[in-house]
This record gives sequence, C-alpha cells and structure tokens, in this order.
Amino acid sequence: MKAIRRLRRNFEHGVHPAHHKQQTENLPIQRVPFVKDYVMPLGQHIGVPAKAVVAVGERVQRGQLIAEPGGFVSTGLHSPVTGTVREIGDFRGADGRFAPAIAIEADAFATQQVDAGPAVDWESLSLEKFIEAVQMAGIVGMGGAAFPAHVKLSVPDGVKIRHLLINGAECEPFLTTDHRLMVERPEAVLEGAEIMRQKLGAEETVIGIEANKPDAIKTIRKHIQPNQPVRVVPLKVKYPQGAEKMMIKSVFDKEVPAGQLPRDVEVNVNNVGTIVAVADYFLRGMPLIERVVTVAGPGVTYPANLIVPLGTPVREVVRFCGGLKPGTREIIMGGPMMGRPIASLDVPILKGCSGVLVFTEQQTAGRKEYPCISCGRCLEACPYFLNPSRLARLSKSRMFDEMKAYHVYDCVECGCCTFACPSNIPIVQLIRTAKDDLANRKEPEE
Amino acid sequence: MKNRDPDLLLFHAPLLRQGMTTPRAMRDVLYALLPATAASLWFFGVSAVLILVACIAGAVLAEWLFANRAARSESLRDASGLLTGLLLGLTLPPGLPLWMAFLGGFVGISLGKVIWGGLGHNLFNPALLGRAFLLATFPIAMTTWVTPTPDGGFLNIYPGNLALPFMQAQIDGVSSATPLGMLKFDQQVTELTQLAFGNVSGSLGETSGLLLLLGGIYLFLRRDLDWRIPVSILVTVMVFSACLGLFDAERFPTPLFSVFSGGLLLGAFYMATDPVTSPVTPKGAWIFGIGVGVLVILIRVFGGLPEGVMYAILLMNAATPLIDRYTQPRVFGRGAESG
Repeated sequence: MKAIRRLRRNFEHGVHPAHHKQQTENLPIQRVPFVKDYVMPLGQHIGVPAKAVVAVGERVQRGQLIAEPGGFVSTGLHSPVTGTVREIGDFRGADGRFAPAIAIEADAFATQQVDAGPAVDWESLSLEKFIEAVQMAGIVGMGGAAFPAHVKLSVPDGVKIRHLLINGAECEPFLTTDHRLMVERPEAVLEGAEIMRQKLGAEETVIGIEANKPDAIKTIRKHIQPNQPVRVVPLKVKYPQGAEKMMIKSVFDKEVPAGQLPRDVEVNVNNVGTIVAVADYFLRGMPLIERVVTVAGPGVTYPANLIVPLGTPVREVVRFCGGLKPGTREIIMGGPMMGRPIASLDVPILKGCSGVLVFTEQQTAGRKEYPCISCGRCLEACPYFLNPSRLARLSKSRMFDEMKAYHVYDCVECGCCTFACPSNIPIVQLIRTAKDDLANRKEPEE
Repeated sequence: MKNRDPDLLLFHAPLLRQGMTTPRAMRDVLYALLPATAASLWFFGVSAVLILVACIAGAVLAEWLFANRAARSESLRDASGLLTGLLLGLTLPPGLPLWMAFLGGFVGISLGKVIWGGLGHNLFNPALLGRAFLLATFPIAMTTWVTPTPDGGFLNIYPGNLALPFMQAQIDGVSSATPLGMLKFDQQVTELTQLAFGNVSGSLGETSGLLLLLGGIYLFLRRDLDWRIPVSILVTVMVFSACLGLFDAERFPTPLFSVFSGGLLLGAFYMATDPVTSPVTPKGAWIFGIGVGVLVILIRVFGGLPEGVMYAILLMNAATPLIDRYTQPRVFGRGAESG
C-alpha cells in the first residue's frame, strides 16, 4: 500500500487552478535597465530588520554591504547599484506601511557592470563560518516567504539532515521564475545544490519539479554529473505542491508533525532561486542584489521574465514591460494565491518578490461574498485537513480562542479554501485576523 | 507614465477563484429538478402547476417580507427561496388546497430559514419544515392522494385544489393510496416498473424515480452535491430492507421497492444533500446518510406512518451540529483527534 502511494507522488487535497504560465514560460530571462532611484527596505526578510552601516551622502559600490544583520534571524543587505546614499528614513512598503529603508541614487556615469567578485573558498570554511557567510550575503528564501536561509542551515546538535530537497515546483499560477532559472541556468542550480548538500552533510539531493515543466526536468537531468547524488522527481501539477511540507509528503511520503520543521524528518528544503543565489555568492562572489521576477497577467503589455535589481520601483519594471493596459484593476506582488496586492506603483521590488502580476476586470470580478452554506468544499481543498468553514465562522464571531481547538496555528495560509469557496468568503483573511489578534493579545502579558 | 495610475483594488490573497458561486449552485439544483417537475406536470396536469406556483409564491413572499431592505434584492437573487418553494411543492399531494401550499411555503421560509438568521444558518431543511408544519396542521388533506391524470384530461383541476381557507376541504374526487400506503395497510405490492416511471399516486415529485435519479447524476457531475450522502442513504436502505426480507419476504418490502417508492430519491438527492443542514465533514456525511437510511426503514416498517423520509431527514438535521463536532478530520501532521 505504501509502495503504491509512493508511486503516485502526491499529497492529499489541494486545488487545481489553471496555471496561466503560457504567457511567460518560454520567454528567456532578460535584464531590466538601471534606473535612477532605488529604495532598499531594511526589513525585507522575516525576522529582525537589518542595521544600516552607511551614512547619507556616502558613495556605495554595487554589491557593497549597506546594512548588517540586526540579529540572528536577520540578514545583510547590499547596494544594488553604484551610486550615492540619498536618504535613510521611512518609506512606503508593499504592505502599505512606512518602514525604515535606505534610498540610493544611481550614479549616471557608473558602468553598473555586474562585477564578479572573488569566489569564496567554501570547501575550507567551517560550518559556522559558512552559515555566517550565507547570512552576510543576504540570502533568503526566494520563493516568497523571504525567510533567512542561514537559519534553516543552523541545525541543532544531534539532528541529521539526510535529504536536501530543492523546491522547483513553482505551483503558483502565472509565475515562471524558477522554471526559467532551471532551464537557463541548470549548472548554477546543481552547483548551489552541491555546495548546500556537502555543507549539510546530506546523502542526496532531490529536485522536485511539477510535471508541467518538462523542459526544466529534462535540462536538469541532462546536466547531472554521473557521480552526483542528485535525482529529479517530477510531481503532480497541483496547488500547493510547493509548500514545503506538502512536497516532503509527495517526495518522501513523510508527514512533518504539526509544529515541527522539515529537519525533524531529516530534510532541508530550499527554493531553486535560493540555491542559485548560494551558487552566485560562493562561486562568483555576488551577494543577493538582484532577483528574477515574472511580470505577467492580462493587464501588462509585454509580459516578461526579468532580472531586477532589488529596490527597483515596480513603476519602472512595469514601464519596461510596455506599461499597464487600460482596465487594470489590481497589481499583485508575488503569486496570485499567496501574494499581496499593492496600492501604489511606487513600492520597491524585494528579495521575496517572485512576480508582478497585473489583473484586469476579468480576474477581479465575481468576488462578491455570500453566506456560508457549509458545502464543505473548503474542507476538501485544505491540504492540512483543517475545517476552514468553522474557522471562518468563529473568526467572524471574534471567537479567536476557540479557534485554537480547531488548530488555527496549523494553517499556512495557502489559500486553497478561499479559492474553492463558492460564497467567496475571505477565509484566509479571517484566519489571519484571528492569528494577529491572538499574537497582539499575548504581548502585554510577557 | 502620462496617464494617472489606475485605482487599484486591495483584496486579501488568494486572488483567484474556482468560478463556482453559491447562487450558481442553487440554480444547478433547480435545473436538476426540471425533468422531475416536468413529469409532475405530465401526471397531474394543471394542478401541479398551481401547487408549485403557490408554494414558490409563499416562499418568495416570506423571503421578501422578512429580509431587511439592504439585503432584499440579494436574498431573492440567490434563488434559495425559489428552490425551497419548488422542493416543498414536489413533496405535496396534487389535490392539496392551494392556500395550504402557499402557507406551507411561507412557513417553510419564515420558520425554517429567516428566523435562524437566513441562508446558511438554519438547522432544519426549510422545505421539509414547511411540509412537517402542513402535515401536523392539516393531516387529512396532506394524506389524501389522487391518481395521476385526473378524469377529463390534462386541463382538469383536482377539486380539492380550490377549497377556500379554513372551510372544510372537499375531500372527494378519485382518491387512491400511495404504493407505500398500499403496502402498509393493504399488503399490496406495486410493480417496480410503474414506480420507476412514475405512473403511481403520490406527491408531485416523488412519482418518477428515474427522472429524479437523472437530476441527481447531473448534480454529481457538476460537483454540487456531496455524493456520500445519497450513496450512503440508498445503500443503507437497500441493505436494511434486504436484511428484513430475510426474516419475512412477504411482509417487508424488497430493496428496490424501498428505493423507488415514496419520497426516498427526492429526499436522498435533493433534501438530505442540502449543504446547510447536512454535515460538512466527509465522515459526518457517511454517518448522516446511514442515519437517514436506518430511520426511513424504521419509520416505514415499524412506525405508524407509511412514509418516513421527511422525519428521518429532519431528525438527522437536528443531529448535524453534533456529528460535525465529533467528526473533525485528522489534521496533517497530527495524531488521531479527540472531540
């Protein structure tokens, strides 16, 4: 029975949104031109914001450290361009809040050439030094969460990592950044994976790719060296295949216990983009100063996969893609299932931003809310087997404490329930409201 | 960018939707009932139209009267009142006075739905609540059955239909017992083919088993109903009847007779599956269906009434919150749940 399930390579429940990747999946990655103004928020990762180490008026080089980690769960920040620090202060972020950031004006006469710095001799680094290097390089999870990568590498004593799992599922509709990276830079993916695997002491590397990217599967397989312990696992096209616990279930048929981490089942999961960032830093000396962003959706004139320097305003990225079409109603940073709509085009591209999606009336219509009729579609969608309908009802009644008994903390906000809901109830939003309320209530006690 | 930036929407993710909406699901049920409704017109003529219209008018009037001003047009547009009226009408005898049908629809919506807080909050199926009200209030009119196609043809109206409110209803015309009544009180068995095609006496919508089944399959294909509920009801009824048949094949109905007689198919596919009043968890749906099946046979065979689908579903409706509570699915990454 177990063997049969293993063959199916799947997790239970989940949803099947149309993947909408046709727009950009065959477009090679191109570089956006440099612009004049950049804004680098100090808190573009989960955890403590970084601390600025430059002063206003100071000249900075592309790739120079401009902020150091503000704590353990924090990373370094580097200048995306050669130029001058114009201002250090509060700037409007993608979430609409003002937050500390460093504004840099690019030098109009600098070449902005992508300087390959000296490679880092990673093989001779101790594990501690390696982890520190990853932290200073500013590398975070590039799939969207922007969780500092070095924290995942810091495995407590006695815990063994046997499998390094590379997440190439890219299950969010519209996005094609990981897909293009795997097709265009398979060597970088495999190099980064090898560095990580050796440093973690893992036995093998597994690359999980959704079956709707046959070219990526083929290309990666072709580039695997005969003696490399790497295997590619094609996965069923289903959302959220790229949620790390779902992918572990699909690939290894193991359930990560609630409240625990992948390392508790001897797995370390990293996104393709993160792995490429590791390779770029240790082999080419490039800290994390730019990333691949998919610009797509029916409201954008020329969809594209772009290398964008961090801190570039969304306005400039959209302008490079021919601007917005008339009828634009919504602009999303990230994917359509877990991303965030932005209120203004004047917010910067961040480390965790995998896409800029432009939606028109057609996508935004039909979100009118109706009463919950307990149809149970959300229960059949939830990959965590929660009861979203009950959670939403409790949240609407502000019975947040009761929601704990229904495991509200196990929710990863993947959005399957809301996607499936015929009454368009904003279930994820209601769940987040409850989580926020519970978290804010705790603070005064501490 | 020369133009002004567009005004942007700020919704919470996810920003994509499957495309199915609640009003569309309601309308699907209406479509699924079309063949059976057409059959009721065929068998009972104009009387069927009048009864259905009276029920729908009562239901929609209650919906309109009790909705607050802001929600008024909305609660009518989601078609749930229309559906309740139609479902109620299909469970009524064709010769029922029209004012009773109207009252049933009105009570079904007002006491069955509005009073609970509207769509999605009611404990009992509104159509069945309306019917239970009628059966308790007008027991004779509600159990007077007529033979299909009145004398004189399609355009004739059963005389009972036109009785005035609170005057003694004239219960004459050609009355006849339903197949279940004949079995219970006269030990008379009706042919299965007659049951399947519907040429028997009974309420408007329970006569044609095959057409009800057809609509049920449509709903299943559209994924509008939880297949576990009709499947568990029908399987339970068949297994239970078969077991009883082992004791006394003469006295107890055969499994297929049990399925095709009375309101079982109408109840199993269109009423027990009402999402609001049935369990939301998959395990709960099985328990609910088995409970309905067992109660149907118990009432039919051992109770005082020939038919028990209505009470079986209403009783299980009452148990639904409890079932839901104790059948929460096992959460990913957690051991077995308790409570």
